[in-house]
Amino acid sequence: MSLVRSHVLVCGGTGCTASGSLSIEDKFKECLEKFDLVNEVDIVKTGCFGLCEAGPIVVVYPEGAFYSSVKADDIERITEEHLLKGRIVKDLLFKEAIEENVIKSVDEVKFYKRQKRIALKNCGVINPEVIDEYIAYDGYRALGKVLTEMSQQDVIDEIKRSGLRGRGGGGFPSGLKWQFTKNATGDVKYVACNADEGDPGAFMDRSVLEGDPHAVIEAMAIAAYAIGASEGFVYIRAEYPIAVNRLEIAIEQAKEYGLLGDNIFGTDFSFDLQIRLGAGAFVCGEETALIESIEGRRGMPRPRPPFPANKGIWQKPTLLNNVETYANIPQIILKGSEWFSSIGTEKSTGTKVFALGGKINNTGLVEIPMGTTLRDVIFEIGGGIPKGKAFKAVQTGGPSGGCLTEAQLDEEISYDNLVSLGSMMGSGGMIVMDEDNCMVDVARFFLDFTVDESCGKCTPCREGTKRMLEILDKICQGKAEMEDLNRLDSLANMIKDSALCGLGQTAPNPVLSTIEHLDMKYVEHITDKKCTAGVCQDLLQIKITDDCIGCTACKNVCPVDCISGERKSLHEIDQNECIKCGACIDKCPVNAIIKE
Amino acid sequence: MENMVNVTIDGQELSVPNSYTVLEAAREVGIDIPTLCYLKDINEVGACRVCVVEVEGARNLIASCVQPVNEGMVVKTHSRRVRQSRRTNLELVLANHNRECLTCSKNGSCELQTLSDELGVSDRNFEGAKREGHFDDLSPSVVRDSSKCILCGRCVNVCKQTQGIGILDFVNRGFETVVAPAFEMSLTEVPCISCGQCINVCPVGALTEKDNTDLIWDALENDDLHVIVQTAPAVRSALGEEFGYPIGTGVTGKMVAALKKLGFDKVFDTNFAADLTIMEEGHELLGRVKNGGTLPMITSCSPGWINYIENFYPEFLDNLSSCKSPQQMFGAIAKSYYAEKFEIDPKKIFVASVMPCVAKKGEIKREAMEANGLRDVDAVITTRELAKMIKEARIDFNKLEDQSYDKVLGEYTGAGVIFGATGGVMEAALRTVVDVVTGDDLEELEYTAVRGVEGVKEASLEIGDLTVNAAIAHGTANAASLLEKVKSGEKDYHFIEIMACPGGCVNGGGQPFVNAETRNSIDIRVERAQVLYSEDSGLPLRKSHKNPEIQALYSEYLGEPNGHKAHELLHTHYNQQEKYNRNK
Repeated sequence: MSLVRSHVLVCGGTGCTASGSLSIEDKFKECLEKFDLVNEVDIVKTGCFGLCEAGPIVVVYPEGAFYSSVKADDIERITEEHLLKGRIVKDLLFKEAIEENVIKSVDEVKFYKRQKRIALKNCGVINPEVIDEYIAYDGYRALGKVLTEMSQQDVIDEIKRSGLRGRGGGGFPSGLKWQFTKNATGDVKYVACNADEGDPGAFMDRSVLEGDPHAVIEAMAIAAYAIGASEGFVYIRAEYPIAVNRLEIAIEQAKEYGLLGDNIFGTDFSFDLQIRLGAGAFVCGEETALIESIEGRRGMPRPRPPFPANKGIWQKPTLLNNVETYANIPQIILKGSEWFSSIGTEKSTGTKVFALGGKINNTGLVEIPMGTTLRDVIFEIGGGIPKGKAFKAVQTGGPSGGCLTEAQLDEEISYDNLVSLGSMMGSGGMIVMDEDNCMVDVARFFLDFTVDESCGKCTPCREGTKRMLEILDKICQGKAEMEDLNRLDSLANMIKDSALCGLGQTAPNPVLSTIEHLDMKYVEHITDKKCTAGVCQDLLQIKITDDCIGCTACKNVCPVDCISGERKSLHEIDQNECIKCGACIDKCPVNAIIKE
Repeated sequence: MENMVNVTIDGQELSVPNSYTVLEAAREVGIDIPTLCYLKDINEVGACRVCVVEVEGARNLIASCVQPVNEGMVVKTHSRRVRQSRRTNLELVLANHNRECLTCSKNGSCELQTLSDELGVSDRNFEGAKREGHFDDLSPSVVRDSSKCILCGRCVNVCKQTQGIGILDFVNRGFETVVAPAFEMSLTEVPCISCGQCINVCPVGALTEKDNTDLIWDALENDDLHVIVQTAPAVRSALGEEFGYPIGTGVTGKMVAALKKLGFDKVFDTNFAADLTIMEEGHELLGRVKNGGTLPMITSCSPGWINYIENFYPEFLDNLSSCKSPQQMFGAIAKSYYAEKFEIDPKKIFVASVMPCVAKKGEIKREAMEANGLRDVDAVITTRELAKMIKEARIDFNKLEDQSYDKVLGEYTGAGVIFGATGGVMEAALRTVVDVVTGDDLEELEYTAVRGVEGVKEASLEIGDLTVNAAIAHGTANAASLLEKVKSGEKDYHFIEIMACPGGCVNGGGQPFVNAETRNSIDIRVERAQVLYSEDSGLPLRKSHKNPEIQALYSEYLGEPNGHKAHELLHTHYNQQEKYNRNK
């Protein structure tokens, strides 16, 4: 490898790619030619940096200059000013990377400062398509150590001691799962990776695979060694083309280097890995449905027991972990379980990656130590709510999770704490809502998702969630009575209690948690027929106040001709005809039309 | 010996093998946990959540049908939590069900109806959207009405696992889920073999047979027609169930009496034609062995099986016996020999069949199933449809005096009777083939190796200086595994009997419904077969070639078995089918 003066890291994650990072990379190459810097500067296409809000992102080392929202037109300036003349282009830096004219490196930015990156360690650091870069960052050292220095049980004990729990949502102790699979009787065993990330808004698994695919491959090989498997599957949704592509490249390269295949590191251990593409059904993230899908059948959950550890893929003992869980493994092996368990809380060790979304300034991926409070994540790392609006609730755990309110903001993030608050860790979606969000509507939104994504196998989930949605519709339309709220609550509890799989059992959570923490919002919809957040259309009225000057602008714009009134006199809206489109509000020159 | 575990169910302590489910354990102590989707050995999926129970220490309710027992498990089967959950789940099912119960053909034998009554549901709680139904009655055999389907998955599994076909599966997701053929094509456009096993397992009226009773009523009303009826051997083994007799009660005499009361001009027996089939098929086998014909020869009496081989194993079509099925042979003889003998215009003969089978409804429509330009058989009803007619005619079945079949096409031997059970055709054939080859009249005539419900059975028999290797398969999944072994050369046989339905015709798709609860304790295949074997052992004649009416038929009319006339009337041919075809 040749030595260069500067490294230019261009984010190649899905978010930045969508906003044009590929053309930025091309433009840089073009400019380096132009300024004759080809031998002095390296362009590295990396995985996701996490701060997707500010994409496309470019970071220039050694300074760590953090350019955000970069456009192709900016490249020539960055090349000439920064790379050629050594002057950072301040006006293109991320807004927080410059304070009182002092430039902060990417690590010093608030968004990153509070993070602790283990699973995302190499994301935004190395080129995921070059195995040498991974190896240069200690890649495959853990596998080497495991194969040459550790017994199968040593590995499992180390994972157990680390306290690592499943990052896919359930939080089952990983070491225990490995132990069960090792102990299961069977001549053939499999390891599998759940990369069927389905929570709306969550994309940490995609980012790991896009930014650091070898970490997952290495971890799966370690797991295979520990449980006695020689074949593995990565089940990944086809909607992740970049991740699939990088994983394919990584597997090829690992095979070339002898890190996959027969007699790895000259030992008796052999391991091969295959990719299985999923069609994007949410339920295929459920482990038994995922296994059915790998086997080529319709993705529908199987009853458990038998658990996959005993009867998984093709009825063989199968270890199934999710991407983020695997991404922690090499670090635990290299740095030790003690190091890992010193991070986080007693029962939730290590870190967790969250996908911040909704009404928050810094949307993107953050990896934080367990035990961080919700407030820190939302207001410190996430930068708070845009436009100074008031915080209303945060939804964790995706469609299976629940909503937490102001009162719970100082709670620590850990598996058990979130569950006790009526939500869950889930795969790490975190959606922030402000005063403009109607919580009944939010609950309805998530339920609508689970109704769509139910596989249709068991009665409570297939039929019950649909009936819940119908009741919520009634509430949002102002047609419900208090009895409906009781029915909603008891049906939700029944579904939670009797559905077949995790999807069904958790589908009512958004409703149950909002009823628990925000029941007055439901009552307000039902008894007052009001939606104070102004979201539920049927409960709104558009009215013309006395400020009306009778200009007739509203009357002319109304698409259903429901506004009456003579020129220069007060106008009136026929509430029976009004479709609440709001066109009149926008048109009124004196703000005399209001929603209430 | 199995490991035993101790469990407590509703306060009762018991010790059961650790292979038991909670459901099975509860039944040991007389606790009948309700089930809906569950069907022993066929559908054990835990989908409907009606059989949920409370297990101490478990966070959620547990589906008892799939939950294995554990040491020390404490189970509550009817706590308030359990009962409410069960009832709500049932109400949810009902809210999305086409509740035209009074006009549903399953009225009275519907498992959903029974359960709703027993669990005290009121369905007013969940009025709302209903799934769009799809109605398909294009098949001559099976009618599918998805507006009644409750998505239990029994038909899916019986078709996929038991029959190895998989015509039906879940389509769409969530609330939109339906059970349907691929692309919601009609059953006529997919390789459905019309075995009707899906009908037998459907707990509701979503899958039923095509009702042909009107054709029969119309014929009976028509004074110009000479209406005769044949009854397949398996019908007598199950018809009584429709009138309250225990499973495994033979009702031959009452059935004949009922048919006469219904107004048929003559009541004949397909057993007669079964004996005729043995004459033809037995000689065909001997001919193939002697002349180096295609072996193994495979039986052709089961129309479901014929549909299966034409769709899935066309490479074996030359192995099929060219014999028509007994039903078709009967029709052909009725409209030729019988018509001539009694000087009846064959055009005015209406041949009705009572069959345990829905595929027979399609068989009569096959291209080659005619002689002298006349269809062999004019209409087929199932055992269930016959029961319906008897009830509609207000005939008090239980009080009927036994009557006998009419002469000429009504005489039969024990060999003909056992056609209705798996292995029966093989046994009947062996009884005749052995005698024909050896020239003896062997008294040893029971071949127990070919009896029973084992999926694939084999027998090897020394006949003179010839060793005959035979195999029997029932249920098309078993048939496929047998044929694969023949194909690979792993197995070599002279003669194979295959029936599409598991257990043979006694468990055909047209037989009376037996609910899931009864199936837990009784193997209906065994019980019904026993009726046939005991009738066989009580008959004076038990070999087809000893049937005097058959002997007369050959001497007066047909000449030699496999002769020219026999070929014209009693044999047919088969064609490869295109599996998926919108224009079928």
